[in-house]
Amino acid sequence: MSEELHPFETFLRREMIPHIWCDGCGNGIILNCYVRALKDLDIDLNKVVTVAGIGCIGRISGFTNTDSFHTTHGRAVAFATGVKLANPELKLVVISGDGDLFAIGGNHFIHAARRNVDIHVICANNFNYGMTGGQYGPTTPLDAWTTTTPYGNVEHPFNLVHLAAASGAAYVARWTTLHARRLTESIKKALQKEGFSFIEVITPCPEIYGRYNKMRTGIDMMNWFRKASEIRNQSDPAKAEITPERIVIGEFLDIEKPSFGRLLRDMTTRVQEKMRKGR
Amino acid sequence: MAEKSRAVLTGKHFMEGDIACAEGAIAAGCRFFAGYPITPATEIAERMAQRLPEVEGVYIQMEDELASMAAVIGASYAGVKSMTATSGPGFSLMVENIGLAFMTETPCVIVNIMRGGPSTGQPTKPSQQDVMQAKWGSHGDYEIVALAPSSVQEIFDLTIEAFNLSETYRTPVVVLADEIVGHMRERITIPKADEIRVVNRKKPQVPPGEYAQFRPDEDLVPPMACFGEGYRFYATGLTHDESGHPTTSSAEAQQKLVQRLCDKIRKNADRIVKTERTMLEDAEVAVVAYGITSRSALSAVRKARETGIKAGLLRLVTLWPFPDKQISQVAKKVNAIVVLEMNYGQIVREVERAAKETPVIFLPKLGEEPHKPAEILQAIGRARQ
Repeated sequence: MSEELHPFETFLRREMIPHIWCDGCGNGIILNCYVRALKDLDIDLNKVVTVAGIGCIGRISGFTNTDSFHTTHGRAVAFATGVKLANPELKLVVISGDGDLFAIGGNHFIHAARRNVDIHVICANNFNYGMTGGQYGPTTPLDAWTTTTPYGNVEHPFNLVHLAAASGAAYVARWTTLHARRLTESIKKALQKEGFSFIEVITPCPEIYGRYNKMRTGIDMMNWFRKASEIRNQSDPAKAEITPERIVIGEFLDIEKPSFGRLLRDMTTRVQEKMRKGR
Repeated sequence: MAEKSRAVLTGKHFMEGDIACAEGAIAAGCRFFAGYPITPATEIAERMAQRLPEVEGVYIQMEDELASMAAVIGASYAGVKSMTATSGPGFSLMVENIGLAFMTETPCVIVNIMRGGPSTGQPTKPSQQDVMQAKWGSHGDYEIVALAPSSVQEIFDLTIEAFNLSETYRTPVVVLADEIVGHMRERITIPKADEIRVVNRKKPQVPPGEYAQFRPDEDLVPPMACFGEGYRFYATGLTHDESGHPTTSSAEAQQKLVQRLCDKIRKNADRIVKTERTMLEDAEVAVVAYGITSRSALSAVRKARETGIKAGLLRLVTLWPFPDKQISQVAKKVNAIVVLEMNYGQIVREVERAAKETPVIFLPKLGEEPHKPAEILQAIGRARQ
């Protein structure tokens, strides 16, 4: 009997499966959309580097059959910057969580976006620190219950798409894991973009965040996404709110501007020419 | 006739230590620098910003030292020799990812031009206060390699050596220089490019299917595939097996990995460690010093000889792994050892440990100047009694 291979067989590291994620977690959908985008684009997997920081989604770099690196907490974008500049042929994809990218790694994120360095960042936003058991983070909504906001969250959350756009990203979008096809198309677009691209993916964490906030199952959380999501392409990311009633999603920004890599190469070429002419 | 090398500025120069450090790095093949401005190491960054584009390398000024060290590891994994340079406060931030570099066996060089601490301390003044931090700064068991230059020529030579050691052992190497060595100007000779020994990391000799990123050869060092070479490996700061897969629950895996990473340095200590012996053959008193203080020490030892005291100097070129054997050999022959440091007692503890029964006199110095030869001479006199 011949064994039929799964269409994504070559995209995943079989020896790392089964994955570590909980029932109802959306990270598997993000992984699925990511490898589907790689497959659709027919990208040479030998030239892709998947980088992740610490957290549940951070393990994605181990599951993806590309060159991959699992950095220290928060440093994925900075690490990826070094890789991309040292070898511009490589496609750098950072997939990490909201805490990793925007709390401990927030400084690296805004500066990479400002430089418009050629890195594609996908953020799994589950509104809390899942791996450590559900503490509040920079995206936890006001009033939400987490283990470290036992009386309700009193901190304002970041609006990640607004932050990315204001920091200088060339492409900014937000989807939920319910919007798998749109997310896949968005990843494909982002991967072909020159410069810094950012996609926020709202993802269910029913075992931890949902459990404490009256959405006990993955289905409950997906139902919230279904009821609350409104697609507002090209709308102002500053107004892209996330509330119990309304989650504004869509493609907010898609602009052309020279990437850091291009500017750096141009400068190096000028210096080289000057050297040849003997200064 | 080959075009005159842009990478190696062969000839005699009058040069600042920080600049010589940058030139040593470029001569060693460094083509990536990520850093953050900090006194008294900024000149290294400035020189790299000017020079790297000339040799088709990349300079980037990161948002902080956490990012700098992360980018250096990334560039090294992309196959490019990479470095950063900083001072105490920046080094404090870098130790996080120096741990990652050790765990993921990343060849890279970190230069620390030491200034006065703790905290912001004295930014423009010299110290040797980060010696223990270099060894123990990151969490967990690890072995660092650290070199201590004492002149402008030597910071050039040892920066090359730092790259060679990092490539040989697939490990981060620290150049620990004090502010005086970083900022003083002296004559140096830069050799011809083909006279400079340059080591490059071992590459895999097997096809991707048979390769494991962390499977060591007999010397405990694994050959290193880099991103984009078709090996499609996974590296993580988590405890991992030879394939790089996380093994976070296995005691055996933890023991196997941490032991090998440490033994890779410990068992090669004889090949790594360098010291310089002066007038020690018949010495009754040995002075142990490193970096700029070793130059005052040499002057004091000569003066002592003039007054009939048989003194000698053991200069530590390698600080980590610690030159246990070399200290022990000296301790067996002398009546006492004098240790000089521009701190309040760091390497002296290692000397005391290695010297066993031999008395050790410690001469600390905090602040602007290194020890004066007269102060050292006095200590030598005390040690003789």
